[in-house]
Amino acid sequence: MSEERIALIIDDEPPIRRLLRLALEPQGYRVFEADAGQLGLQEAAARRPDVVILDLGLPDMDGIGALKSLREWNQVPVLVLTVRDRESDKVAALDAGADDYLTKPFGTAELLARLRAVQRRAPSAHEEPVFVNGDLTVDLAARTVTVKGNDVHLTATEYALLHELVRHAGKVVTQKQLLRAVWGPNAESQSQYLRVYITHLRKKLETDSKQKLIKTEPGIGYRLVPSDA
Amino acid sequence: MSEPARPNPDLLLATIQRDERAAKRGQLKVFFGMCPGVGKTYAMLAAAQTRRREGTNMVVGVVETHGRAETEALLKGLEVIPRKAIEYRGVLLQEMDIDAILARRPQLVLVDELAHTNAPGSRHRKRYQDVLELLDAGLDVYSTLNVQHLESRMDVVRQITGITVRETVPDSVLDQADEIEIVDLSPDQLRKRLAEGKVYWGERAATASENFFREENLTALREMALRITAERVDQELREVMRTKRMGVPWKSGQRLAVGVGPSPFSAQLIRWTRQMAAAMDAPWVAVYVETSAPLNDDEKTRLTKNLSLARQLGAEVVMTTGDNVAHALLAAARENGVTQIVVGKPLGNPLLEFLKGGSLATRLIRGGGDIDVHVVGAEKTGHAHVRRRSLAEWIGSNLLRDCGWAVAVVMGITGASWLLESVTGYWAIALLYLLAVVLLAMVLNRWAVLLAATLSALLWNFLFIPPILTFRITHVYDAMMFGMYFVIALVIGHFTNQLRTRESAERRRDQRTTALNRLLESVTASASLADGLTRAVREVDALFVARTTIILSGVVHAASTFQPDEKECAVAAWVLERAQTAGRFTDTLPDAAAIYFPLQTANHKLGVLGARMEDRATLTLDERDLLETFARQIAVMIESYQLIERAQQARVTEESERLHRTLLDSVSHELKTPLAVIRAASDGLDTQLAEDAPPLAKTFLEEIQSANRRLDRIVTNLLDMTRIESGRMPLNVEWGDVSDLLESASNQVANEISRERIQIQVPAGLPLVRLDFGLVEQALCNLLVNAAEHSPATAPIQMAALLDGSDLVMRVVDQGTGLAVGEEEKVFGKFYRGAGARPGGTGLGLSIVQGIARAHHGTVTAANNPTGGATFTIRLPVETTEKPV
Repeated sequence: MSEERIALIIDDEPPIRRLLRLALEPQGYRVFEADAGQLGLQEAAARRPDVVILDLGLPDMDGIGALKSLREWNQVPVLVLTVRDRESDKVAALDAGADDYLTKPFGTAELLARLRAVQRRAPSAHEEPVFVNGDLTVDLAARTVTVKGNDVHLTATEYALLHELVRHAGKVVTQKQLLRAVWGPNAESQSQYLRVYITHLRKKLETDSKQKLIKTEPGIGYRLVPSDA
Repeated sequence: MSEPARPNPDLLLATIQRDERAAKRGQLKVFFGMCPGVGKTYAMLAAAQTRRREGTNMVVGVVETHGRAETEALLKGLEVIPRKAIEYRGVLLQEMDIDAILARRPQLVLVDELAHTNAPGSRHRKRYQDVLELLDAGLDVYSTLNVQHLESRMDVVRQITGITVRETVPDSVLDQADEIEIVDLSPDQLRKRLAEGKVYWGERAATASENFFREENLTALREMALRITAERVDQELREVMRTKRMGVPWKSGQRLAVGVGPSPFSAQLIRWTRQMAAAMDAPWVAVYVETSAPLNDDEKTRLTKNLSLARQLGAEVVMTTGDNVAHALLAAARENGVTQIVVGKPLGNPLLEFLKGGSLATRLIRGGGDIDVHVVGAEKTGHAHVRRRSLAEWIGSNLLRDCGWAVAVVMGITGASWLLESVTGYWAIALLYLLAVVLLAMVLNRWAVLLAATLSALLWNFLFIPPILTFRITHVYDAMMFGMYFVIALVIGHFTNQLRTRESAERRRDQRTTALNRLLESVTASASLADGLTRAVREVDALFVARTTIILSGVVHAASTFQPDEKECAVAAWVLERAQTAGRFTDTLPDAAAIYFPLQTANHKLGVLGARMEDRATLTLDERDLLETFARQIAVMIESYQLIERAQQARVTEESERLHRTLLDSVSHELKTPLAVIRAASDGLDTQLAEDAPPLAKTFLEEIQSANRRLDRIVTNLLDMTRIESGRMPLNVEWGDVSDLLESASNQVANEISRERIQIQVPAGLPLVRLDFGLVEQALCNLLVNAAEHSPATAPIQMAALLDGSDLVMRVVDQGTGLAVGEEEKVFGKFYRGAGARPGGTGLGLSIVQGIARAHHGTVTAANNPTGGATFTIRLPVETTEKPV
């Protein structure tokens, strides 16, 4: 382990905090806890965590409110925990700046996988020009895509969409984020476009029908499934 | 520099709006002729046959063949709506069945004889009103009309033929016709047809030939018919040029006014003005000047009739008040930008008129300034008759009584003066008389005051001015006193009287305003809609000596003071539907017991106000106006209460929704947190358990994990069910891919059902559909879990989707035990658990599926497969993209 990573857990339930700590510490995290939103924000400022696990049901403030305050000055990856089943809540959290979400109850393995995903740095053409995920290789500098070594020709829109998913590989990207990134701010309600291009993209990239590359999160968005998860 | 000709935008708008209205309304085509027998019905039927061959869906509403064989032959192949029998005084009359026609909804209806008067008890008094209703309902109508039945030509026709036509049609109806086809025949030919018995038979033909069908009559009528048609063509042409911006000036820029009163000539004047206005292509107003002189019932009725005639003929009706009619008329004319006024030739006593400062016509001409005055001759006949009758009435009623009072009081004063004279001297007696005259003027009518003044003057002279007991006056100063007394008594009497009548007119108006104000006040002060309506009903009842009903959305409101029976409710329903006043005192459904006004605002038809006034024979125009104003105010009140109610309801809903959500959130938080703890703890335990741990430990752990999953599902289902039951499950619909949906549903249940067991079949090239994908995915998951619960552990489960028309059909097919007989419906019941169900379910999964399907306006059904196992089918109506993706 090259360096110790710091995780901040903001949740009002002591047993959850305790169990999360037990799950995280063996993975090399140094864990700090906060049982309320205000304290959590203070801790985030003081401890400079590498990742924040935020419960949406906090006693003193709305979790989404806390997230928004945090995002005003800090871009730390945030994984949201929620018991709410409504998609709209999840979308609201994601649009407020959360990197991903987990619905309680969740499995530990899933939690760790998500944590890894949210902390993965977004690949950029400057630092990490080639993104590899299983059979898929995307050369961000040359803007070329290959699957199992075969060149895949993508249209400009398809590439823009794939690029956005690759930037957030493993994390869920909401429809709104995708539409805004690819079609611009005025296209946010045109989810039809998105469906059509996702279908095109799947046809071109998912040669093996067993291996789903782009996962749909119904009512929320899409996720590029990392090959290691 | 002249501006280029530009079409007046208002006019263009009016033309466009008329076109739009016409597009929704049915088209009216009138076959127009000069007199019976020219072949209008024949022409109409011939045109109808052509349309029938073109495939037009048409019916015959009513056609009179008059036994003419060639006409009857043309009826062949046309569907005739049977007429409705209406019983009137023991006689069965056959009338067009308008309801049957409306129910049949053809494209075109043939309605012969537009001018026909319906049997009493029909919905409308006149057939043309039936036709207007058909047109409003969007049905095209062919009809026939003779020129002599046209309202504005009635007088001319009488002058020509000497026959008074009773069945008339307002000119506005003909104006609304989209097409007029003139059916022309030369008088010679017509007379020949008459002689051949093609028009009337036998003796009737002979009399007809001698009277109505005289050659000169026919020529005149023919010319009239042709002229009307020509005028219309001219007008249409002008209109076309106007819209096409051909720079044709308005023919006149003129605006006509006609003074309307209770006199029977008013009707003639109105018709004359309408004709002139039409010829000049100018708008016109009918002005009624309300004077302080009270009107008797007959006059009131006639006035109302005259005003509604003016309205029917297309005039704008203006009401004003003032005792100087000429003055008030001119003021109203100026206010309305009138350029020409039409008045009748003076017919009254020239002397009397001279005293009044000239006849109305003279005074108008004198004061008219730049307004032109047309003086139109009127026929005398009707007038004298009416005059006599009204005189007789006057004598019978107020006049005689008032004069009696005048004489009695003057006599009384005379008696008293006889006693007082020795004390006061005879000059003071004059003042006593004067006092009596002034007092009388405050209560009696003009003629009685005149009588009192004259009588007292004479008595004074005869009994008190020396030499007494003669009418002779010896002294000059006595003569002067007598002369002055006479003049003063007359003048004071007249002015006091005028003041009083004016005051009472003012009071009447004031009463009306006060009533309206009171209505407004009580309405604004009301605490609730019911309270407001009760107050409003009370006001109407008090002011009109009426009983009132208010019907809102088909229900008689509790505030009503009379209960309409079924027949009355039907009238009210018609009023609501057409948003038109009808019932008693109107031309529509006049047999009703009450008059009904629609309660409507700019946007909504809210209900009907009915007023039942048993003690009166007429409702004057201004009373009707006032009632209409009341109805409008009441409608505004109802609407504002409805808005308040809706806003409150929305607030309550919003609040309860918020509460509901908070509750659900906190319940799920409380239930799911321990579940999450157990899950995390057992996961942790799993990783801690060494490979060589006792096998029992592993088994225990697995039990904990499976129980935990089960509990999680139960909690989720319970919460979902609560949400569905609450009816507050807003759909979050979006476009999406069906195969994607099935795929993600099978992934979702991967913990319980291994992915290999699920076989997905989706035809290639399905278009995108619009659904709440989150919910439908959940429904599919529930079906999958249900299928797994009822099948052997490794048996495959098929999941398929396809588009059937505009329905998305999704099936989940298992190879399990299948459904017991009669269970197909029951399985969707809440907490229902199939006989063969394994322990562990909640009996909620399928109810949730049903709730989700219903929220999408779809269905879910269950059936057994022929080869064993069950199939669950979700069918949802969906929007799809046109092209497959």
